[in-house]
Amino acid sequence: MTQAIATGDAGSAMRRVDGPDKVRGTARYAFEYPMKEPAYLHLVQSTITRGRVRAVHDGAALAVQGVLAVLSHTNATRIDPGDETELAVLQSDGVAYRGQPVAAVVAKTPEAAREAAALVGVDYDVYQHDVHLSAARTDLFAPDDTDTHQGDLEAAMAEADTVIDHVYSTPMQHNNPMEPHATIALWDGTSLILHESTQAVRMVHTTIASLFGLERDRVRVIAPYVGGGFGAKGPLHAPVVLACLAAMAVPGRPVKLAVTRRQMFTLVGYRSPTLQRVRLAADAQGRLSAVGDDVTAQSARFTQFVERAGDPSRMMYAAPNRRITHRLAALDTNAPTWMRAPGEAPGMFAPEVAMDELACALDIDPVELRLRNEPEVDPGTHKPFSSRTLAECMREGSRLFGWADRDPAPGVRRHDGWLVGTGMAASTYPALLMPGSSAEIRFEKGRYELRIGASDIGTGAWTVLGQLAAEALGVGVDAVRVHIGDSTLPAASLAGGSSGTVSWGTAITAAARAFREEHGDTPAPGARTTARGSDGADENYSAHSFGAQFAEVHVHADTGEVRVPRLLGVFSAGRIINPLTARSQFIGGMTMGVSMALHEHSVVDPRFGHVVTQDFADYHISVNADIGEIRAEWIDTPDYRANPTGAKGIGEIGITGTAAAVANAFHHATGVRVRDLPITVDAYLLGSRG
Amino acid sequence: METEIKLRINGERYSLRVDTRTTLLDALREGLGVTSTKKGCDHGQCGSCTVLLDGRRTLSCLTLAVTTDDTEIVTAEGLGGDNEPHPLHRAFIDNDAFQCGYCTPGQICSAAGMLTELDAGHPSAATPQGSEPRLDDDEIRERMSGNLCRCGAYSHIVSAIREVGGRA
Repeated sequence: MTQAIATGDAGSAMRRVDGPDKVRGTARYAFEYPMKEPAYLHLVQSTITRGRVRAVHDGAALAVQGVLAVLSHTNATRIDPGDETELAVLQSDGVAYRGQPVAAVVAKTPEAAREAAALVGVDYDVYQHDVHLSAARTDLFAPDDTDTHQGDLEAAMAEADTVIDHVYSTPMQHNNPMEPHATIALWDGTSLILHESTQAVRMVHTTIASLFGLERDRVRVIAPYVGGGFGAKGPLHAPVVLACLAAMAVPGRPVKLAVTRRQMFTLVGYRSPTLQRVRLAADAQGRLSAVGDDVTAQSARFTQFVERAGDPSRMMYAAPNRRITHRLAALDTNAPTWMRAPGEAPGMFAPEVAMDELACALDIDPVELRLRNEPEVDPGTHKPFSSRTLAECMREGSRLFGWADRDPAPGVRRHDGWLVGTGMAASTYPALLMPGSSAEIRFEKGRYELRIGASDIGTGAWTVLGQLAAEALGVGVDAVRVHIGDSTLPAASLAGGSSGTVSWGTAITAAARAFREEHGDTPAPGARTTARGSDGADENYSAHSFGAQFAEVHVHADTGEVRVPRLLGVFSAGRIINPLTARSQFIGGMTMGVSMALHEHSVVDPRFGHVVTQDFADYHISVNADIGEIRAEWIDTPDYRANPTGAKGIGEIGITGTAAAVANAFHHATGVRVRDLPITVDAYLLGSRG
Repeated sequence: METEIKLRINGERYSLRVDTRTTLLDALREGLGVTSTKKGCDHGQCGSCTVLLDGRRTLSCLTLAVTTDDTEIVTAEGLGGDNEPHPLHRAFIDNDAFQCGYCTPGQICSAAGMLTELDAGHPSAATPQGSEPRLDDDEIRERMSGNLCRCGAYSHIVSAIREVGGRA
């Protein structure tokens, strides 16, 4: 859980300190800790979508050699889930979604656990289920505080020169980090130790302690290396609770649970599909008089999660009349969750395609149209922006991409059988600052030990937090050792919402400053200081990152195959602390954006209520050959109104806007307007020109 | 049913009893604690478990351990010398060709195997008809498309491999 840091001040492109371990594969992820006499957990999942478990027949399973226990609601430890209904695992006979764990087998080998799990018989009472999302449902409901109305959208639409009014859709998507969720749980009768793949050791720590009624010092969560999360490892899901229940069934034995890739499609959340009715009203010069986004999404019947796709339309463009609404369908599915840029990813697809449609309708360049609608202040809250740098991003992107010479006519360029087009879209993500992080600086053996319960899910925290500490202490980074990923370290907020580096950074800066005040520049060995970071963003400002993506798209005139040979993003995300890792995050977000544009689509069978596309053969994500020339640049704009670090989040903005840029370039190439993701071969072959 | 097998892993000899249902991946990770090779899907669809089996890149999740008697396995940990990293290790770090790191050992084994295949003149779908394959970005992208990366490091993986392949 420690790494020595080599070289590199804040602002320099220091290589990852965890690099040598990661390229050899010796960095330990949750499932990889050596354990004495481990037991393996395999789940039994419901084969119905809604109903009750009448009986669990575990005789045949218990007879398998090596089986230690079969858990079900009849014998599992009782826990107190409170509002965390998704975590009430094996607590009742109710079945709320297909694939819900209804039993689990603990055995001495993974093979025995799996074999025995297949032998557990479950009898059900089956009830009618409903998993169909539609904007026409009569039982849609408005979640609290997700609607805003300004002026009169309907009147503005009626009076405008030009209006856009279409429904856009984004499908269900699954996060699918490359490391499936994994847990090793060890219960010794009084204390619980968890090796867990999580974006938030603190959240796991407090939630598990609360569920199981344990004092917090009886629970420890360890997660120095996490194989990606993209939101799915933010909030807790059923598997970690099952691992704890199983550990309590076999005290003294470490229980290992590796979620399978197929189970990643049932147990750990997903991005809700969205249907967005977007309305734009503009005068002949393209000035918007109204913006509307009516979002329909789904949640589970047993809990509530809102994919807030309407949020970006509150603040993106100036318009006196505005209507943003969210409606949810409560379905018999597992709960949706955060997935990279929750809200903003679908919420910067539909409106940014609509803006392209408006640009085409008015024969105005898409960059120019957006420039004409730059707001003076946040149009939703009327607060000043901490910095508003969209125009600079679009101008720099236009220059780098060679946008100026673009012929706007759609469907008129063809090279070697491929239709060629270019398109752009804007991107944004809020600059969040999470309260509740503390950091400790200790001086030991001539080195400064930075201790903070942060998580590195691939973002570069191992490296960047050391750079921030060195800067604040006024020492070289080789004098700092970083300790993260353990709940025994000072508490830190989660690695999510693009908020980690800045939220932890305020704690690190505060701790370094307090350390120097207390101990001076020549501290005694053992000197230590802990300090709290920021308690939240300055409410006087509207703080966001901005960006602009430019895409070149080729569509094969005979087969309809869609390629993205060139993609550029120019971003403005405050101070960039490490250009090397920052570029990787921007490009990574854009790469996932291409994946969202062209590939990702979880298909639900309404008859059985399950996701049909349960592996990488059916759920496509972008592979190496899908990504052409991809480039991310940024405008250096430290933003100290957003937070004291001057930095803003960079993990999520890259995915926002990218799918719209691809869809807009697709239209430019083919003349076919796509309003539904993903853009597959039939989009051109069956699409109507216009 | 269990069977005894002998094999070399990263230069060391091992003799072990395996359940005949056990995959090479599980034998390495659970049986021997060789966790350098990762489990991403267990279906042969993601490439995270790629190892070099007798010099050839192989998906260890689709290989039953019992079939690997008397073979030589190299994982990303075993590439390069004891104190000397393999050029691919260095190039992946220099090019920041990974983020979370979970697919990375598989990417590196796959890259090593793929450069050998290219040297041997094996064509790919990206090779122009009738010509010898040459190391270029299209060849690398095509040949590395069995190794998924969710963090989106593909473009940096391409530059890392180009750097190493161009040097050889």
